[in-house]
Amino acid sequence: MAKYLLLKHYRGGPVPPNDVPMDRWTPAEVTAHVQYMDDFAAKLEATGEFVDSQVLSPQGTFVRSGGEGRPPVTDGPFAETKDLIAGWMIIDVDTYERALELAAELSAAPGAGGVPIQEWLELRPFMTAAPTVTE
Amino acid sequence: MNEALLRELVPAVIGVLVRRGADFAAAEDAVQEALIRALESWPEDPPRDPKGWLIAAAWHKFLDATRSESSRRDRERVVEAEPPSGPAAASDDSLWLYFLCAHPSLSPGSAVALTLRAVGGLTTRQIATAYLVPEATMAQRISRAKRQITGQPLDRPGDLGTVLRVLYLVFNEGYGGDVDLAAEAVRLTRQLAASTPEPEVAGLLALMLLHHARRASRTGPGGRLVPLAEQDRSRWDTTMIAEGVAILQAALARDRLGEYQAQAAVAALHADAPSTAETDWVQIVEWYDELLRITGSPVVRLNRAVAVGEADGPRAGLAELGQVDPGVPRYAAVQAYLLERAGELDRAAELYVEAAQAATSVPERDHLTREAARVRRLPR
Repeated sequence: MAKYLLLKHYRGGPVPPNDVPMDRWTPAEVTAHVQYMDDFAAKLEATGEFVDSQVLSPQGTFVRSGGEGRPPVTDGPFAETKDLIAGWMIIDVDTYERALELAAELSAAPGAGGVPIQEWLELRPFMTAAPTVTE
Repeated sequence: MNEALLRELVPAVIGVLVRRGADFAAAEDAVQEALIRALESWPEDPPRDPKGWLIAAAWHKFLDATRSESSRRDRERVVEAEPPSGPAAASDDSLWLYFLCAHPSLSPGSAVALTLRAVGGLTTRQIATAYLVPEATMAQRISRAKRQITGQPLDRPGDLGTVLRVLYLVFNEGYGGDVDLAAEAVRLTRQLAASTPEPEVAGLLALMLLHHARRASRTGPGGRLVPLAEQDRSRWDTTMIAEGVAILQAALARDRLGEYQAQAAVAALHADAPSTAETDWVQIVEWYDELLRITGSPVVRLNRAVAVGEADGPRAGLAELGQVDPGVPRYAAVQAYLLERAGELDRAAELYVEAAQAATSVPERDHLTREAARVRRLPR
């Protein structure tokens, strides 16, 4: 099995085919979208491929050390064009092809007009532990 | 033997070990280990005397730990010591534990975890699952908390305010994993109310019952948030509401008002109303006035603006909102709601979007997004 991160961006990725902001949908379309996401996660739990899923708030700040004895230095919020992560799902699957298949299914969540958003998700394989047998 | 009954024994058994001379941290560890053993073996082989079994098992665990950690002489000293500063009688055990676990030197997160384990009798794993952290992390949090309160005198009453805050926090966390934290908070508060006549304890218990009674109606399919105005009131638990109201009335009769009693009074007025329109908003505003006087909290001021909006119309509510710090959480959501009612639909929709972006939970964010979508479609 291999773990993959499906990364969803609020912005910064390529523009999806059905690109209408959520507050311009009907309330029923919002509900249908949320339901699709829940059903997807539930299905992966049932197949034993679900690991974790989290949603991030859009407010983010960059922080670094300000040097010894000084308060942390913060930067941001940033311009509207900056890449912004919205959340993720972690899956544990047998093959890379399966990971692609699941990412595509998640990306097909319905949006405005009940039409799939086909939003771009970033698929990132996890680094694995060092193998016991190396030769 | 059901698990709830087993968990109720935990504070008393900790008390027994402490009276026999164990320090709190070691006693609590030993009881936790005995509890885990009980959970494994009792379903197959239930003991005749559950409490006696748990005391014996915990005492053995304690002696084993003492044996392995210190010299024989130390152990003998501990075992032979006179029961020192522990609680005097078994009935005080849980009360004393509440104070210790919510000690003001502990951070809220640590106090919550320790209370759930030592007073609530939950296992570290259950607490970790409920708070979505690894078990090892929760175990560390609990042992650090115990180190922090080592050496605190155990024989004098602590700060009831911090105990109530801890229980309130547990209640508000809702439920995750296999443990229903809201129900657990109700149980622990009920137990506390049985051992102290403080009206604020009763006030908190009433507040929890009045909210808990509405739980089934607060979420729709898929965890969707259902606002008060749209809740199916026939699904409210009327028995629980009646109990909450009775407890609140008895507390108020003692004439020592506090923030939990005032909050419960607001909840009781909601629970009593057949619909939002038929709610006694004027009285709710009066309770918020009391609450504001007691706490001075900007969140109360915000809630008060909503109540004024219902009692005297959205324009009056917006005028009140002008007195509230815009940095208070949910400010934008309240402003959107009042503006919508005042007919300023475009601005209301924008503010709902803003409020959704500031939301701290997914159900709330989705709800506010839906509200924005709904207002955008209203006829202009």
